[in-house]
Amino acid sequence: MESIGDLMGGFAVVLSWQNLLYMVIGIVLGVIIGVLPGLGGANGVAILLPLTFSMSPTSAIILLSCIYWGALFGGAITSILFNIPGEPWSVATTFDGHPMAQNGKAGEALTAAFTSSFVGALFAVIVITLAAPLVASFALQFGPAEKFSVFFLAFCSFVGMGKEPPTKTIAAMMLGFALAAVGTDTVTGQLRLTFGSTELLGGFDFLIAVIGLFGIGEILLTMEEGLSFKGKAAGINRKVVLQTWKELPRYWVTSLRSCLIGCWMGITPAGATPASFMSYGIAKRASKNGDKFGTGEIEGVIAPETAAHAAGTSALLPMLSLGVPGSPTAAVLLGGLLIWGLQPGPLLFVEQKEFVWGLIASMYLGNIVGLVVVLTMVPFFAAILRIPFAIVAPVILVICAIGAYTVHNNAFDVVMMLVFGVAGYLLKKCNYPLAPLVLAIVLGDKAEEAFRQSLLISQGSLGVFWSSGLVATIMSLGLIALFWPFLSTLYGKALTPALRK
Amino acid sequence: MSRSPDDPEMSGPRHRHVEMGVAAVILLLGAITIFGSLKVGIGWGAEGPKSGFFPFWIGLLIVAASAFNFVRAYLDSSRKLFAEWGQISQVLKIVWPMAIYVAAVPWLGIYVSSALLIIGFMRWLGRYGWPLTLGIGLGLQVVIYVTFEKWFLLSLPKGPLEDLLGL
Repeated sequence: MESIGDLMGGFAVVLSWQNLLYMVIGIVLGVIIGVLPGLGGANGVAILLPLTFSMSPTSAIILLSCIYWGALFGGAITSILFNIPGEPWSVATTFDGHPMAQNGKAGEALTAAFTSSFVGALFAVIVITLAAPLVASFALQFGPAEKFSVFFLAFCSFVGMGKEPPTKTIAAMMLGFALAAVGTDTVTGQLRLTFGSTELLGGFDFLIAVIGLFGIGEILLTMEEGLSFKGKAAGINRKVVLQTWKELPRYWVTSLRSCLIGCWMGITPAGATPASFMSYGIAKRASKNGDKFGTGEIEGVIAPETAAHAAGTSALLPMLSLGVPGSPTAAVLLGGLLIWGLQPGPLLFVEQKEFVWGLIASMYLGNIVGLVVVLTMVPFFAAILRIPFAIVAPVILVICAIGAYTVHNNAFDVVMMLVFGVAGYLLKKCNYPLAPLVLAIVLGDKAEEAFRQSLLISQGSLGVFWSSGLVATIMSLGLIALFWPFLSTLYGKALTPALRK
Repeated sequence: MSRSPDDPEMSGPRHRHVEMGVAAVILLLGAITIFGSLKVGIGWGAEGPKSGFFPFWIGLLIVAASAFNFVRAYLDSSRKLFAEWGQISQVLKIVWPMAIYVAAVPWLGIYVSSALLIIGFMRWLGRYGWPLTLGIGLGLQVVIYVTFEKWFLLSLPKGPLEDLLGL
């Protein structure tokens, strides 16, 4: 196996004191970000991205990806102890996690959640290790039409798989494409959609959009709900951990199923949130104790956490091998690669071997470090959430503003951040999905370039997208994904009661 | 969150009205996209599809999807509230100070504006005493200064106060 050798090389790159330190810093920051309202994986990484410009790309991606792992872990803490999902993908964890904490089993719930997260992530990293090089070498032969078809499939999946109404997903996504089009046309160099404004010459930066939509928007939502955090104590010690670990292997079927669901949903960019709901719903139907779900079943914690982490991690597979990120956070990391001068996509595996395998090796280590950090530091993280919102909110606002400013050293970006923040609040309240909007801003130029090059080759005929077996297959899969809600009404009727729970 | 927004006793904007407003704004943005695309040309040029070609179709899709969303919100007979007025004033308590903050950054610099934002917030909404308020408001600025300007060598916007201090 060539990839095993490459992976060992990756470990050699990663195993330095400096990188291990970045890992610990990243995980701790990530958990804090995951615990605090208004800071999530995507905008946490976006805010810290400018700080990494001076680092080596490998160290930078280790720091940032560990923030992502940390944020994934952090969501479980708030769900279980406070019944507040710190991240959307941990909503399903509250169903059984919080009742467990109310029954005095907070330690067990947390241990189960963290361990399942770790198992899900590990499974996904193994999938990445084995599949990513194959996908990348396959994708090396892609022409513009194939590239566009992959984008097409990715975006259609949002429409079909999302829980939001399809027309809202389309509106949000296309708005993202329109924002991406503003500024200089990457193909011809012509200016467009700027309407004479000098501020718009450079277009809309997706990092600003991410910080505004996810950061400021989230703060506004939290403010509206007027949350007062009343949490359960986090009683976690070695005895509880070991006891829970002894119990966990019994649920290996649930774990394995959740891993598979998570990986599938992560690679097709449906994301961690639907993965966790679907996994919870299926576990509820499949389990002997299904009727007890919702009252504090440990299986109800294992299923969503495993799937969410498997999805969150495997979202990096298409990002690395195809240049199509599977989640908003993966999109921000992709933006980071571009800024560090790396071209995401299949060529990365040829030209930047050390970087790619360093990153994959850091995923293994980062998740081990993460598990240790969260298991030992839970009380500290829970204490952070007890800081009153009147202190946390302005501090987060200031951090977001500084993050937005440092992207381009431009004060106008801070204004745009606020505009995106208010927009994010309204869109979220009206049930528009934000992930496809952000992904469209990131990928808009690339998708358009692939589309126009394809048409140039075919002299304007759309037939180019059905000209070969491969491209026709991917396009057809895209169309199936697009019309999935129609195709799956029968199937969906069986699933929705469990998902609505 | 003790009261639900479905409670008919409470007052506030209706959800469907806000929904219609959002759809209308998106529709307008779609129309602007179409207009801007037409200006740069949506046809076929020497270099293949012109610059406006792709955004033109994007704009059409935005308009079509938003029109659908608008009509659906219009036909929705639910009396659900978007939010209670009290909740909206909570949200505005962040939006207004933020708007002033954003406008102040180019003049006062980011440090002074940030300190004022945090201090104002903690005094006004949190009703904290001066020692804690000043401690966090000013302390954070020192942390930011050291982290950004000294450690990562990123320069943040400064105002008259920093000039006076010679930073």
